[in-house]
Amino acid sequence: MDYAHNNRAPQNRITSAKIVVAGGFGAGKTTFVGATSEIVPLRTEAPMTSASVGVDDLHATPDKVSTTVAMDFGRLTLAEDLVLYVFGTPGQHRFWFMWDDIVRGAIAAVVLVDTRRLADSFSAIDYFESRDIPFLVAINKFNGIQQHAPDDVREALALPPDTVVITCDARSPQSAKEVLIAASQYALTKLDRRPMPARPAGAHGYV
Amino acid sequence: MQTTRAGNSVPPNATSPLWTVMQLCYETRSVAEIAAHMGVPPGVVKVLVADLLNEGLVVVHATLGEDTSLAERRDLIERVLIGLRAQ
Repeated sequence: MDYAHNNRAPQNRITSAKIVVAGGFGAGKTTFVGATSEIVPLRTEAPMTSASVGVDDLHATPDKVSTTVAMDFGRLTLAEDLVLYVFGTPGQHRFWFMWDDIVRGAIAAVVLVDTRRLADSFSAIDYFESRDIPFLVAINKFNGIQQHAPDDVREALALPPDTVVITCDARSPQSAKEVLIAASQYALTKLDRRPMPARPAGAHGYV
Repeated sequence: MQTTRAGNSVPPNATSPLWTVMQLCYETRSVAEIAAHMGVPPGVVKVLVADLLNEGLVVVHATLGEDTSLAERRDLIERVLIGLRAQ
C-alpha cells in the first residue's frame, strides 16, 4: 500500500512548503529559524570562489581562495502529509542568486528587522519585491525592548502602505510561529487580491 | 523526495553517495536537508537525485512551482495556516 501511495504522490497534493526568513547580518534569522524548528536547524553551504574576488576583503587571509555562503533551515511537520521548511537566507545579500533555487516556490517571506540597523533590510525587501514573493516585515524586539513603532519602520523603509509590519521576539517559538501565521495569512490575502499566478521567480537571470 | 520500494531493496553500499541519499529519503526529505546531512552543496544533491529518479529509486513529490495553479497555491497556504494554528 505504501508503494502505491509513493507512486501516486508526484501527481498528488503538495507535501512541503517553505517560508524564507531574510534580514541583515545579526537581525536574528538563525535564532528565528531555531525557534520555529522541531529539529536542530540544519545548514547547507555553497562554495563561493571567484565571485568574491575584489569584493570580500581577504587580505587578512591571503591563502583563502574560497569561502562559503551558508543557509540555516528548520523543519516543522504540520500534518501527516505536510512539512514546512523555514529557511534563513545568508546575510551577504549579493550572494543570494545562489539561493534562488531555494527561495523559488516559497509561499511567503519574512524580513526580520533590527531597528538599530534598518538599512540592512533594504536589500532583502528589494529581493522579495523583485521576485514577487509576498513578504511581511517583523521587527525583532531585542531584549524585549521595542525601539521603534511599526509605522515608523514602515515609513523609514519606504514600504508600500499594505505591507504588514509586526513585532516579534525571534527567541520565542510562540512569537515566531505567530510571524509565520501572519506571513501565510498575508500571502493568502495577496493571492485573493491579485488573481494571477506568480511570475517565475528569478527563473531568468538575476536582478 | 522519497525512496521507492525499489530503492529500498538496493543492496547496502555505504561508499555510494547514491545509496546515502536513498537512506536519507526513507522519510520524505528536501534537497536542502539531504545537502545538509551529507555536507555537500545542494547542486550536487540534485545531480544524485536526478540519477536516482532515472532509475526509479526515488520519487519526487510535487512542490510549489511555476506551473502550480492558483487553486493549488491557495490550498497549500491554507493547509500551512491550519497546521501552524494547530501547533
